[in-house]
Amino acid sequence: MKVLLSWLREFAPFDAPVERISHDLSMLGMAVEEEVHIGGGLDGIVVARVLELRQHPDANKIQRVTVDAGLADPVEVWCGAFNMAEGDLVPLATVGTTMPGGMEIGRRKILGEYSNGMLCSPRELELSDEGGGILVFAPGSAEPGTPIRDALGIEADLLWDLEINPNRPDAMSVAGVARDLAAYHDLPFALPSIQHPGAGPSTVAGVRLGAPDLCGRFTATVIQGVTVGPSDPTIARRLTLLGMRPINNVVDVSNYVMLELGQPNHPYDLVKVPGGVLGTRRAKDGETLVTLDGVERRFTADDLLIVDRDDRAVGIAGIMGGENTEIDDTTTDLVVEMAWFQPLAVSKTGRRLGLRTDASSRFEKGCDPAGIDRAIGRFVDLLGGTCEGTVDERGELPQPVPVRLRTARVNAILGTALAPDDVRAELEPIGFVVAAAGDDHDVTIPSWRPDCAVEIDLVEEVGRHWGYDRIGASMPASAHFGELTVRQYERRAVRRALIGLGYSEAMPMAFLAPGDQARAGLGDDGITITNPLVADESVLRTSLLPGLLKSVAYNLSHRLDDVALFEIGHVFRRPADPAADLPDEREHLGAARVGAEAPAAVEDWLALAEHLGLDAGIVAATSPGLHPTRAADIVLDGSIVGAVGEVDPGVLEAFGIAARVSWLEVDLGRILDRSYADRPFSPFSRFPSSDIDLAFEVDDATPAAVVLDAIRNAGGDLLVAVRLFDVYRGAGVAPGRRSLAYRLRFQAADRTLTDGDVAGARQGIIAAVQTGLPAVLRA
Amino acid sequence: MLDQIARIADAGAAEVAAAATLDELRAFETRLLGKKSELNDLKAKLGGLQPDERRTVGLAFNDARARLEGAVESRRAALATAHRAARLDAERLDLTEVVAGRRLGHLHLVTQALERLEDVFVGLGFTVAEGPEVETDWRNFGALNFPPGHPARDMYDTLYVDYGEPGATLLRTHTSPVQVRVMTSQPPPIYSVMPGRVFRQDTADATHLPVFHQIEGLVIDRDITFAHLAGTIDAFTKAFFGGGFASRLRPSYFPFTEPSAEFDIIRPDGTFLELGGCGMVHPNVLANCGLDPEEWQGFAFGFGIDRLAITRFGVDDMRDLITNDVRFLRQF
Repeated sequence: MKVLLSWLREFAPFDAPVERISHDLSMLGMAVEEEVHIGGGLDGIVVARVLELRQHPDANKIQRVTVDAGLADPVEVWCGAFNMAEGDLVPLATVGTTMPGGMEIGRRKILGEYSNGMLCSPRELELSDEGGGILVFAPGSAEPGTPIRDALGIEADLLWDLEINPNRPDAMSVAGVARDLAAYHDLPFALPSIQHPGAGPSTVAGVRLGAPDLCGRFTATVIQGVTVGPSDPTIARRLTLLGMRPINNVVDVSNYVMLELGQPNHPYDLVKVPGGVLGTRRAKDGETLVTLDGVERRFTADDLLIVDRDDRAVGIAGIMGGENTEIDDTTTDLVVEMAWFQPLAVSKTGRRLGLRTDASSRFEKGCDPAGIDRAIGRFVDLLGGTCEGTVDERGELPQPVPVRLRTARVNAILGTALAPDDVRAELEPIGFVVAAAGDDHDVTIPSWRPDCAVEIDLVEEVGRHWGYDRIGASMPASAHFGELTVRQYERRAVRRALIGLGYSEAMPMAFLAPGDQARAGLGDDGITITNPLVADESVLRTSLLPGLLKSVAYNLSHRLDDVALFEIGHVFRRPADPAADLPDEREHLGAARVGAEAPAAVEDWLALAEHLGLDAGIVAATSPGLHPTRAADIVLDGSIVGAVGEVDPGVLEAFGIAARVSWLEVDLGRILDRSYADRPFSPFSRFPSSDIDLAFEVDDATPAAVVLDAIRNAGGDLLVAVRLFDVYRGAGVAPGRRSLAYRLRFQAADRTLTDGDVAGARQGIIAAVQTGLPAVLRA
Repeated sequence: MLDQIARIADAGAAEVAAAATLDELRAFETRLLGKKSELNDLKAKLGGLQPDERRTVGLAFNDARARLEGAVESRRAALATAHRAARLDAERLDLTEVVAGRRLGHLHLVTQALERLEDVFVGLGFTVAEGPEVETDWRNFGALNFPPGHPARDMYDTLYVDYGEPGATLLRTHTSPVQVRVMTSQPPPIYSVMPGRVFRQDTADATHLPVFHQIEGLVIDRDITFAHLAGTIDAFTKAFFGGGFASRLRPSYFPFTEPSAEFDIIRPDGTFLELGGCGMVHPNVLANCGLDPEEWQGFAFGFGIDRLAITRFGVDDMRDLITNDVRFLRQF
């Protein structure tokens, strides 16, 4: 919503400094998005008469110009334009002027001679895009030395572009903004006085109000004897400044009344409205109308249309008129529609049609049904002509009920100590009718504030006009302490552990393109977005793999190959229970290392698990998207919580990745819920330990982890640690088999071990492994 | 006998001084000072001497022994020094030949900002609450006083997903559904912040991302006022931005708060940063979440994190946050 200072001043004598007004508009909740000084930036630019033009022998692109700028002495300048003659009146920017574009005019020396200012083109003055030559005024239009603002008739003014919130229908008009600001500045406020006496019921027009639930009031006013032509210059100028193109006096007055009083309205050429009859009805499904913008619109039964006597659609209620009844140059008699439409219905139709107009943005917020009479009077006053009369029909209008406003409640919410009279003093100047009820008040809501319906709405109005900056600031008094949950601390530990392992944190786009999941070997698209802006961002991921692979591919394509990335993000699947109110959503950790093979990911996982105190093993298994012979499941307490290995070469190829990529993905929720925070300290022995090495020859099909488990199970309490330290294939070992060498450490909690203890344990382990597995002890 | 002792000492000292290695020195030591040494043999003969002669010879004997021991120790020290010097010389490295191999990773810029915000709010007495990114329409809108068809829904370009009834399930447009979860799952008092990822139907460009991050705060207690909201925003401002910063609230509109406000950060130079929205929790929201608005009241606030994070480092294109170019990630 744009407002002009000069226009606001028609309703209240605003005299505060401009900065104060800007500040207060924001502090009233009408945020100033832009403040424009109209006619500003022209200080120091005056009309000058060209006295002499002189060519310089060493310059053909510029000439020397002597002008009379109304000063005692002539002024000499250089000029690059040649479109003026001696005796012409031109604009001179004197030395020290700041041009509208920000350039400072200095005293510049060219070819040894000073230029004491600059002659200006319309573009340099930001008057038009015309930059070809100097602006030349009509002969005799001004005396030399006249400020060009006066010569051009530019009236200094201030324009504010305000952001109006949905709960401020009253501020969708210049008068409404003035009312709010006048109250804040303790100034008297008055709406424009209406000269038109009111002509009584029209005998020419008729109204057939249908769908009264959607149309609360419909008026049709006949104005006769109008001559269509250009508008009054003030009206045209204000419309232009507020961003509307002046068209003719009828259309301009219609817009002017809407901007000034917030009442949208629509003038029809009476000749094009048979019998002067207008009406409203719900559209038929599929019905169409070509609107004023030349677009054919199609409707549903939820939309309200304006129709003529023959039930023909002539407009979309509250949004836009039809092309078929447009005003033209030959129009002499008008029928003007001013109505109140149900806000939600206008909003719904507008949204469905993708059509938002100056009218609909006002109807949506809620117009003042009682303000129509004044708007009709204003229309007639501004346009002239003869008002024949008005037909006024009513549908269902909201009936505001008085609201009890408790003074104690105001203070309890705001944290203030206002007296009942303070509360009254904030509400009355903006039109609320306040009646005392003990310490409280019964408040009648004005018809232009349909947003106010319950007590809290009035508390806000009191706070707004008392001033948010006067309410004060303090901290809540009660004792409460802040902390992160265990899971939140642990998540931070995971992040830092991954950083220690050399991974940087990535945040790929959380949405995938259709088919990305399949490209990553993960199956179909799962849950999708039903209204994506672009198809490439329409799929919810079931794994972090596709997103990280895209980031890997991006880096490789930029010759950045030393890349290790991790992400912590949510993944989504259809839940096991189809009746669940939400999808199965989990927080995953994914980690990709470029140029690394599967064992690197396993090492990373083991390091992370050890850091978190997790006793989580891995079991060889295939996993979607992973290299079928280089993958394992991560198992915690007997259930699979993740996968580790290397990305399937086919998947890498599909993502355009030429390097190997190791991969780790775990369900973070599952592991964080199980991690070390609640695990007690386990004491270690203070007695000497004893180490032995055992090497078993095992066929390739038997996982090392199985051998390790067998050793552990047979080792008993004395075996405190066992570690695979060498894998050997080659001479001395049969093909298809390998030697796995383990170092075992024995230790007792309560004594020094004897040679016999260790020898006994050793024999037991060897026997168990050789019997339980296809494994043979190597000599 | 005295001559003999002197001769042994002189010869022995000369030998020790000439020892070339520690092994050789150890052999000399055994021969000159061990049990079977010449000196020990002489010592056995001390008993056959007159008492005063025995004292003289005994002293000479001790002197000789001390002299030899001294020679051994000093030679040992000299050899050790030489040995160390030789080793050090042999092990000389040019450490500037070393090239960076391993590297540590980097936390994402947004994570760094998020964690810092969490820490500031924990310091102000808040806990941190989390929730899912896919939510019900009721938690994202309905419970928050947006009836179906409410025009204020237009302020959020909502993405819906194909789950459940059409329009029933969406990608949360703010972290407010977590506020609803907290209010419906635990009794007040509540002092919590809700950081997280949120979604809007938007095209990624320099200043917008369809997926971004927010932190919201919720306080519900008895006797919480708008003044407490202003005080909390100001305390946060000073803790996060610095003591020279201030805050200001100005009226605004949100369906879920009333009175509502925008909050601006006022920089030390007097310029403003429009940061976020806030207000007193609307009585309808409290009632929707099962709280009696006459008994409990509170405030809520929220703001975006991504722009805050990039502005601090002079990054001017938000898309850098999701491209994951390692040249970007490694700078933070």
